[in-house]
Amino acid sequence: MLLGKVIGTLTPATIYDGLEGVPMLMVQPLDKHQVPEGEPMVAADPTRMCGPGELIYYESSREAALLCDPWFVPVDHAVVGIVDDIQIVRQS
Amino acid sequence: MILGKVCGTIHSTINHDFYDAKRLMVVDKLDAYLKPTGKYLICIDQVDAGVGETVLMLDEGNGARQIVGDSNAPLRSVIVGIVDDVHLD
Repeated sequence: MLLGKVIGTLTPATIYDGLEGVPMLMVQPLDKHQVPEGEPMVAADPTRMCGPGELIYYESSREAALLCDPWFVPVDHAVVGIVDDIQIVRQS
Repeated sequence: MILGKVCGTIHSTINHDFYDAKRLMVVDKLDAYLKPTGKYLICIDQVDAGVGETVLMLDEGNGARQIVGDSNAPLRSVIVGIVDDVHLD
C-alpha cells in the first residue's frame, strides 16, 4: 500500500458490470512525507467514504479488485482507508 | 521478499473491514547493504515489529493471503520477519 491524496472525483457515464455505484476518485500518489510523487491516477473507493482533499492509502493490482464487492471487477487501484494520523521518525 | 526498515506508523479508523485492528507500518525499502532506496511501502505487521527495526517484508498477494489464512483477503504487503543480521560475502 502507498499513500495518496484525493484531488478530485470522476463520474463514468458507462461502467463495467459490478462497478455501478462505486465512486471513482482522482488520486495523487505521495511519498512518505506526503510530497506528490508521480502522475495522478483513478482509484475506486470501495469504502465509499473518501472525499477530495483527504489523505488515504491505496492498494494496487489484483488486491485492489479484492477490496471491491463483487471482487471480480476490472479495478487496478482502490482506496483501502483514510489516514487519521501518520507518524514518521526522522532518519538520523 | 524485501528488506526494509520500519520508519513510522499509520492510524486509520475508516478503512476496509479487513483492516480493522491491523497495525499499519510505514517501511522504507533497503538495498542489500541496508541503505534506504528512497521507496517505501505500507505493510500490516504480523510479527510485532517496532519503529526502527530492520524487517523482512512480502509484497506479493498469494503469500500474504496464506499468512492471514484467508484466500480472499485484500492484502499484499506484510511484515513477515525481523532481521537480526545480514551477512554479505
